[in-house]
Amino acid sequence: MTTTAQTTTTRTGVPADNAPTRPDGGSRLGWAIADTFTVVRRNLIVYTRIPEFLFFSTVQPIMFVLLFRYVFGGAIRAPGGGPYVDYLMAGIFVQSVAFGSISTAVGLAEDLQKGLLERFRALPMARSAVLTGRTTADLCRNIFVVGVITGVGYLVGFRIGAGVPAFLAGVLMILLFAYAMSWGFAVIGLSAPNSETAQVMAFPILFPLVFASPAFVGVNTLPGWLRAFATHQPIGVVITATRALMEGGPTATPVLQALLWCAGLLIVFAPLAVRQYRRRA
Amino acid sequence: MSDAIEATNLEKTFGGTVRALDGVSFTVEEGTVFGLLGPNGAGKTTAVRILTTIVRPDAGDARVLGHDVVSDAGRVRSLIGLAGQYAAVDENLTGRENIFMVGRLNHLARDVCARRATELLERFGLSDAGDRTLKTYSGGMRRRLDLAAALVARPAVLFLDEPTTGLDLRSRNDLWEMIEGLVDGGTTVLLTTQYLEEADRLARRIAVVDHGRVISEGTPAQLKADLGATVLDVGLPDPASAANAAEILAKVGTKAPTIDGSSIELPVDDGPRAAMEALRMLDAHSMTPTTFVLREPSLDDVFLALTGKRTDVEDDPDAATDNGGRGRGRGRAGDRAGAATGGAR
Repeated sequence: MTTTAQTTTTRTGVPADNAPTRPDGGSRLGWAIADTFTVVRRNLIVYTRIPEFLFFSTVQPIMFVLLFRYVFGGAIRAPGGGPYVDYLMAGIFVQSVAFGSISTAVGLAEDLQKGLLERFRALPMARSAVLTGRTTADLCRNIFVVGVITGVGYLVGFRIGAGVPAFLAGVLMILLFAYAMSWGFAVIGLSAPNSETAQVMAFPILFPLVFASPAFVGVNTLPGWLRAFATHQPIGVVITATRALMEGGPTATPVLQALLWCAGLLIVFAPLAVRQYRRRA
Repeated sequence: MSDAIEATNLEKTFGGTVRALDGVSFTVEEGTVFGLLGPNGAGKTTAVRILTTIVRPDAGDARVLGHDVVSDAGRVRSLIGLAGQYAAVDENLTGRENIFMVGRLNHLARDVCARRATELLERFGLSDAGDRTLKTYSGGMRRRLDLAAALVARPAVLFLDEPTTGLDLRSRNDLWEMIEGLVDGGTTVLLTTQYLEEADRLARRIAVVDHGRVISEGTPAQLKADLGATVLDVGLPDPASAANAAEILAKVGTKAPTIDGSSIELPVDDGPRAAMEALRMLDAHSMTPTTFVLREPSLDDVFLALTGKRTDVEDDPDAATDNGGRGRGRGRAGDRAGAATGGAR
């Protein structure tokens, strides 16, 4: 767009340089993407303004790495027989992004509470951008967290068993799952009366899914009913798929199951989040 | 001139029980300031939320520059700006980043957003603070920044929801001057306020709202003509002498005095003359007032004149839906303090 020193005013009082950024008006999708980018940028700036948040969102996973590597690890025999740290890391990755998705709920609940979402509703932006912007910013944060944990894992002896491309496929698996989880927690964030409540609502949902899973131990020691749950619930399935990709082993079935879970979560929770956003904001 | 805003029989009920709007109608002429005046819970904010497309009315319809706020909400959003009592800006961003963000979400080009952010920061006296996060801003600075952000897309119609509530006198005067500057530039403004003085100073027309209804509409002069220009508050040692004094002073006022405990309120026309006369009459009866104050009429007086009762401070249906009840603790005392101390005209 050209910049004009003097803005002329049309009959309706709209200055001429209020014309849309794209001369052709742009497509709805084009604007939705541009708006998402604006919201992502805002959320990422906020993350950098509160470095404590980024720091502590990696501290907890790191403590889990150290706890299971050095405290419990000696007493746990990895199913399959390899070094326990190699078994452990897939569980840590998935656990970290799962707990990290709570911040999607907290962030949205906070924006709602402060009236920011209400102001967004009076702007000509794409409705969806508030949610896609938030979940995408959290995806960026998860990339950072996964990177840090990979580094810490390497320091305590984690080695990629199945080659770098397979490891990266595992990382993609984790990030896709994290993104799907963010939409689920967006629903919680938009349903909670405030951000503190969003946080305490999220925890009891995640806790059984994270710990009744093959994250830290093989499921063959679990009682039958629990084993069935641990094996087939989404976090369990995604851990198995990630582990197969990172450590090696048969990948087709677990990865397919994990992809189906991610798709299922997105199909259910994305529309629910949008609906809840319309109702609350 | 055509109407920039037309609201017709707007109704809105929250949670099935709280009737926030009960058939509100008004029109705002293009290029003028219109004041919605009323106490907490009158429905002012709900009216603004409907007109800015944030919530849909249950019944009735509303148009902004000819566009329906429900069926053509997207178009309306591109023509309006909104700034409010709860400066809805992101406190983790700098002033400049906030304006830039709102500009981008209005689909302005980056260079336009950047240029306007600089202009607006300067115009609102925030140049030095522009690159600090809002956490470091005072209440008055946040409101100014909120107003600046609302103006980034140069809206033809601006909604100001209690723009000065809770501000100190100086910040309030600053903000008033800025709003007056906008109107000179041709912007249509819908202002909600609890302060008669604010509506009087800024608005060409005022609608008084109570319990979701417009109970009076007119120019500030018409409204004040109903009230008497000035109010004389006289305090006496006890309720009995107050009743006595009310009888004595009745003929000084334009209306019958009202007694509240041991004090009297009397609407009068010519303040100083009425004050002298009142003192003479009290003296003639050997009565000495404990307090004696001449003041501008407040919202409370408007309500007393219009409804025969005081504004009742009750739960605000707007606040009730405001996600977590950001409290609106200002009631009658706040209105009166605002009007009494704000006589800087």
